[in-house]
Amino acid sequence: MESVEVAVVGAGPAGLSAALAAAGQGACVALIERDERLGGQLVKQTHKFFGSERQEAGVRGFAIAHGLAEAVAAEPAIEVRLASTALGYYSDKVIYLEEPDGLVKLRAERTIITTGAAERMLAFPGNDLPGVYGAGAVQTLMNVHGVRPGSRVLMVGSGNIGLIVSYQLLQTRVEVAAVLEAAPYVGGYLVHAAKIRRAGVPILVSHSVKEALGDREVRGAVVQRLDSAWKPVPGTEVTIVCDVICLATGLTPLTELAWQVGCKMCYVPALGGHVPWHDEDMRTTIEDIYVAGDCSGVEEASAAMVGGRLAGLSAAASLGHDRGVAGKKQAAREELAALRAGPTGDKIRKGLARLRGAGGSG
Amino acid sequence: MSESRCGPSETLRRTGVPTEADLAGLRPDPARVAGPVAVLECFQRIPCDPCAASCKRGAIAPFADINDLPVFAPEKCNGCGLCVARCPGLAIFVVDETFGPGEALIKLAYEFLPLPERDGAVVALDREGRPTGQARVVRVQRPKSKDESAVVWAAVPKSLASVVRGIRVEEGRLAHEASRES
Repeated sequence: MESVEVAVVGAGPAGLSAALAAAGQGACVALIERDERLGGQLVKQTHKFFGSERQEAGVRGFAIAHGLAEAVAAEPAIEVRLASTALGYYSDKVIYLEEPDGLVKLRAERTIITTGAAERMLAFPGNDLPGVYGAGAVQTLMNVHGVRPGSRVLMVGSGNIGLIVSYQLLQTRVEVAAVLEAAPYVGGYLVHAAKIRRAGVPILVSHSVKEALGDREVRGAVVQRLDSAWKPVPGTEVTIVCDVICLATGLTPLTELAWQVGCKMCYVPALGGHVPWHDEDMRTTIEDIYVAGDCSGVEEASAAMVGGRLAGLSAAASLGHDRGVAGKKQAAREELAALRAGPTGDKIRKGLARLRGAGGSG
Repeated sequence: MSESRCGPSETLRRTGVPTEADLAGLRPDPARVAGPVAVLECFQRIPCDPCAASCKRGAIAPFADINDLPVFAPEKCNGCGLCVARCPGLAIFVVDETFGPGEALIKLAYEFLPLPERDGAVVALDREGRPTGQARVVRVQRPKSKDESAVVWAAVPKSLASVVRGIRVEEGRLAHEASRES
């Protein structure tokens, strides 16, 4: 059976950073990715990232993915396994991988789960019509495959994903009819909102989709206003003509592996749902299992990269590797604290406090 | 300057469009209205600081906390526009109210294709994307790297110096064609 010191499951921003950090300490790493390319969601991000220089602020997401993938390729201690899906984790630290050539067993002293998040669906009549997409699918079509998803899009959700994907649609010369937001305020960064407003896209706060129109495919949507209790206000229905309804209504951590392993899971809405309990080293209640990125709490990619680095350092340190590891862990913790220090970090700070408060025992 | 600001207005948080109240603190110092100067339309504390490093003249102070709003010293700014090309939020503009007789110059980040052509005419847009007339393209600075945005220098009537914050290249009608007709 093949064996490694550290297995990293998922090669998005958190996983790439975790693998590089662990290998940088001298650990032998397997980086497992079910897709055929490294980078996860980063490869679709055409906007410049926020954060500070230390987290590659000002660099476009796909360029960050490219840089991380090059660093991984240049690191002999990392074995990259593409088109490899982790099916399960079993006693004696064995991960089962489904790969193009068949089933592979890999023994890993430490496993870092960086599987990301999945998009939330929204319930409304007609949400199964062709033309109703998740924002991730729209980004994949446009930015990975060069395919326009439609000609006129209704965006549902004004978080950063909804705002950024609206902007990318405009860049692809797809019309954006409006961005709907159920809450009374724009959800994402106001600079992203201002960008699409300058391009003429309305943002309708306290609005949601009532139903999709169309028999065989989306031809439009009925939208309606919501009151302060998020209840629909009768008589406010308006029909918007569109051929795509794009849902950017939030993410939920992809935690199947953590559940299957038996990590203690905590339900923390501010972190996106059920997340594995983890300590300040990103270690779960199972000693050999670490988590980072959106599967440990939905946040954004800059924080995922720092959290991944922290998990990689911690896993390597637990195996006795030490190339100044304590100082590097401290630096990563300070970067995370700085990223979360402002008002936009309130939610994640509260979520993590609640998670930690739940305790790591039992 | 930014210390006195007390967060984005209710309207900005609902609409994504800054109000007069949001913009009030950004008016250039009366002693500094001659020549081009940066206008930082950054109203929300988010973790972001590349503007400080982009400025070679120290006009944007280094950030103590990356969530701070930028602290800008207009007297050190020469309106070069490096920050316009670098700002991840596309929230910085350079405005020159003394560009020409009756004309103001707006340098703005532009991330759409095709880029407008120099000396062509484009549609000038306000902060809500409403057409407010025509702008003359004085210069197009192509990005030096993929992490920069193109910067378009748009000349507009002086009265629109604080209004125009976007441009649109007419669909199917390139700028040079538009200007030939006009």
